[in-house]
Order: sequence, then structure tokens, then C-alpha cells
Amino acid sequence: MSKVLILAEHNGTKINQSTAKVLTAAKQLKADTIDVVLFGNDSGLATQVAALAGVNAVKYVQCNDNHDQLAASIAPTIADLGKDYSHIFGPSTTFGKDVMPRVAALLEVNQLSDVMEIIDANTFKRPIYAGNAIITVKTDTPQIVATVRTASFAADKSTDGSASVTESTLSTAAEHTTFVELSTGNSDRPDLQTASKVISGGRGVGSEENFQIVYDLADKIGAATGASRAAVDAGYVPNDMQVGQTGKIIAPDLYMCFGISGAIQHLTGIKDAGTIVAINKDGDAPIFEVADVGLVGDLFKIIPEMMEKL
Amino acid sequence: MKILVAIKRVVDYNVRVQVKPDGSGVATDGVKMSINPFDEIAIEEALRIKEQGKAEEVVVVTIGSNDSQQQLRTAMAMGADRAILVETDTAVQPLQAAQVLLKVIEQEQPGLVITGKQAIDDDNNQTPQMLATLWNRPQATFASKVEFVEGNKISVTREVDAGLETIQVELPAVVSTDLRLNEPRFVKLPDIMKAKRKPLEVKAIADLVPAPKGQAIEVLKHEAPQPRQKGVMVETVDELLEILKDKGLVS
Ligand SMILES: Cc1cc2nc3c(=O)[nH]c(=O)nc-3n(C[C@H](O)[C@H](O)[C@H](O)COP(=O)(O)OP(=O)(O)OC[C@H]3O[C@@H](n4cnc5c(N)ncnc54)[C@H](O)[C@@H]3O)c2cc1C
Repeated sequence: MSKVLILAEHNGTKINQSTAKVLTAAKQLKADTIDVVLFGNDSGLATQVAALAGVNAVKYVQCNDNHDQLAASIAPTIADLGKDYSHIFGPSTTFGKDVMPRVAALLEVNQLSDVMEIIDANTFKRPIYAGNAIITVKTDTPQIVATVRTASFAADKSTDGSASVTESTLSTAAEHTTFVELSTGNSDRPDLQTASKVISGGRGVGSEENFQIVYDLADKIGAATGASRAAVDAGYVPNDMQVGQTGKIIAPDLYMCFGISGAIQHLTGIKDAGTIVAINKDGDAPIFEVADVGLVGDLFKIIPEMMEKL
Repeated sequence: MKILVAIKRVVDYNVRVQVKPDGSGVATDGVKMSINPFDEIAIEEALRIKEQGKAEEVVVVTIGSNDSQQQLRTAMAMGADRAILVETDTAVQPLQAAQVLLKVIEQEQPGLVITGKQAIDDDNNQTPQMLATLWNRPQATFASKVEFVEGNKISVTREVDAGLETIQVELPAVVSTDLRLNEPRFVKLPDIMKAKRKPLEVKAIADLVPAPKGQAIEVLKHEAPQPRQKGVMVETVDELLEILKDKGLVS
């Protein structure tokens, strides 16, 4: 029977929703036990995890500061704990992608990246070629190490859990790697990865200044903002707004994009959105092949009209 | 210092791959093959470091079929000094790739290893991290900026979900590249000619790692993704807003 260890993610004060999504995936294994390992320096984080129903134990590993969560520092501890588990799951976020392969290497197994569907405890589905093909894979190693594609699983919403919390201190901090700084886009808008509505812009928006109308529309309807790689590369917006194969994979109820052509690498990031709305002045743009609602026109006319009518 | 760049031959990123009707794989016959775009960025970064006088030699390595020589030649046309092909006719999974690359590292003793953060065929995003682990050296993944700092260290800016994270790692280390690290140069015809004379060494995979550790993940079947339902085109903003209001997405 399955015993699952989940790697929790947080920003120092709050548990990231990716943790509750990985929990949903873990529950689909029909596991006997689900435990969570958490690295940080605020035991309040452990309390947040303990409230998730279905978690048996929270293993809180105290670090000097939150930036001690470097992959090289925490992987040995996860691998060591992981020897008692059949499955070790992390989120397919940049945090999980950085650390989980190290855990897998220490346990001498290949990792399952971006698990999107659980068939049984040994069989899974995952996307390859930017989502243009889906493979069914099987493995029966003593430990199965996987990252979970967060857009494929709804967050576990339970709050009535009562997991036990055990505390220890990080003993595997790497000497050769040091954290220097984290600079974030710091916006008051909803988080792109968890927002129910996302408005995004591409190269067609044309400049950093022009992006203001995209932000205004997002604020009007309470949406998060995203962008294509071309818009990020051109310096119109910060990198954390990129949606797609190499940016964020998101699944909002509404994804509305302006001046984005719909390259496959971008579409990978939005395939699971509820309703995709595309506005583009080129009626042949590939984005219209996936859009639920398409409107051919100039975004500089359409956005002001929407602002007026909403 | 020597820089080792690990690259992979993959289906070109402009190709829309098709799953074979029998589900045994994706169609690759006659399809354009290229250097994995992230690896091309890795080559470019290594060349720039060499051009700044901070490295003497750039060696490219790949694990793959004999056809991968084409991609190694392209890397040498970009400016890499020599190339190593670790030849195999079967697909290699990340843990095995990392073990093979570790052997190459032991032979070559590079001060820095640069490679793409993921290959756009399997999208695994594992090999650089696994290599760093087996080598017992630091990793700096998803790099968008690499700078040399005092002593034997590099400062690497990483593209993370929250924004940009900067870390310092001691060399030797493994860096995995993200797309904004640089824009790879175009190769010129004379360089393609010159690259033909650069050394390319072929090694058999079994000579390097006769008995790789770890079990391969079994691939049972390939299928095409579920297509999205056909949408509608509207003519006016009013029509658009009406649909969104009906669905309760805006008020
Ligand atoms: C390995 C790899 C990974 C990648 N990863 C990603 C990724 O994660 N995310 C991503 O987005 N891309 C990614 N890309 C890049 C991708 O291939 C495209 O280049 C990119 O998505 C294009 O962005 P765009 O649609 O904004 O620009 P373009 O393709 O230039 O499209 C701009 C669109 O704007 C329209 N337009 C212009 N003016 C107006 C106007 N006034 N009103 C309305 N419409 C207008 C045009 O008709 C056009 O369709 C990746 C590429 C590679 C090789």
C-alpha cells in the first residue's frame, strides 16, 4: 500500500496552493499514509499544513531562514526521509523542479516529471513535446519520485485536518551555495498561478507603457495578468508574468489574451483554462484555433470599449 | 578553465509533432532535427565566457545516435573547440544521462558545466540537477544571468515563479539555462567549413557506463492530447461581453 511524502512549498509566511494541489494528487493514490515535509523558519507554516485533512504528520524542518530551502541543502534530508515512503511528490513549480530531481538522483531512480493524471499507484500520464503528446508511464521502483503538474489537480480545500507536527533542524545545508536575493514583480493583483481570471498581453501590445491598458482591464474585473514570452523578452513586463512551456502553466476559469498569436509553447500554458478568449487583429492567428470565443480586431480599440461597457 | 556543454538533438521547436496512429511514439521520420533550443543558449553562454577570457576551451558533448554528429558540428560551427559523441541507439533517461555525463566530467575535468534546463522532446527538466547531485557539486538552474565574482564563484540569476532569484555557487558547478540568458549567434558558412576539421570523438555508451544504476521508466503508450471544443467567433465587443456574462465570468 502507498505511503506518500509531499514536499510543501511556501513564501515564508504562507503555504503555496501548490501543496494543496499535490495533496489532491496524493489522495488519488488511495494512500494509507500521507505525510508532508516542510522546510522553513516559521512554525506557523506547519500549523497551516496540519489543517489540511488527510495529512497524517507534518515533518517541520527548521532552517536558519526561508532561503535555506536551496535544492542542494534540502534534497539530502528529503531523500533520507523518503526511504520510508513509496511515493515522494513535489509540485511542478520552479521550486519543485529544482529540488525533486536531486532527491531522485540520491535515491537512484528516474523522476516522473509533470504528472497530470494518476491511473494507479504505479501508472501515470504526463505530457511531452510541450503537451503535443501524452504518455502513459509505469514504474515500480521502491520509491517513486514525481513532480505534480499543478494545473491538472484542483487544490484540496479542507481546513479541518489535525495532523501531528514533529520538529527537527536542518542538518544538510550546503556550503557551496548561498542565497543572495529574490526580486519579485510585487503587484497587488491576484497571483497568476491561482487566479480564477487572467488577462494577458503579447507582442501586439507593443510597449511597456501600452501594457497599462491591459493592467487596467485586469483590475476592472479582478484578474491576474500574464504575458507571452515575446512580451517578456521585449521588456514590456517582468519574467514572472510569462505563461507557457517555460513560464507558468495555468488553469483559470477565464483566460483572455490580447495580441498573442498562439504559438504552441504559449498554448501549453493555457490548455486547461475554462474559457479562452482571444482578441487579435489577424483573423488567421493560431490562437483562434483554441479560443472558445474569438474576436478579430485592434486591441487598442477593443480594450477601451470593454472598459466602458464593463 | 574548461567548459563542458551538454546538448541534445531534438525535433525542431517549429515542428508540430504528431503521435503515430498505433500509439508507439511520435512521428520523427523526415522531420527537421535541431539542437535543443535551451542547449543552444548553453553553447552561446560558454562561448561568451571564453570570449571574455574566463575560459580556454569549450567542449560539447551529446549522448545519442550517430546522427547527433550534425548537432555537434553545428555547435563547433558556433565556436565550440571540440566535441564528444557518446553513441547509443536507444533512448536514454535522465538518471542514465547524468551517470554518463559524470564519466565525461571525470575524464575532462571541466570547471563549469552548462546545459539547457530541459529538452523540448521529453520536457523532463532533470538531467542537470541529477548530474550536479551525482557529481556532488552545486547547481544553478533556470539561469537568466551568469557573472563571475571574486575567487572561484559565480553569481547566477534564476528565473523562478516569484520573479528573479540570485544565488552564488562555488565552481565547479552545473548551470542550466533559461531562454533569456542570451540570444545564440547565427552560424556563418565559413564557420561550417572550419567546423568540419575540428575534432569529434565518438565513444560507446557501454564503455563509459557499462551497468547504469536505476531502472528506466516504462512508456506504455503515446496519445494525442484531448482537443478543446470548437469555439465561436464574434463580431463585436457587445457579443463577447454577453457570452462572458452568460457564463458568469464578468458582471
Ligand atoms: C523552447 C521555447 C520555449 C518557449 N516558451 C514560451 C513560453 O513559455 N511562453 C510563450 O508565450 N512563448 C514561448 N516561446 C515563444 C513562442 O514560440 C512565440 O515566439 C511567442 O509565444 C510569441 O509571442 P506573441 O504571441 O506575443 O508574439 P507574436 O507571435 O509576434 O504575435 C503577436 C500577435 O499580436 C497581434 N497583434 C499585433 N498588433 C495587434 C493589435 N493592435 N491588436 C490585436 N492584435 C495585435 C498579431 O496579429 C500577432 O498575432 C518559446 C519558444 C521556444 C523556442
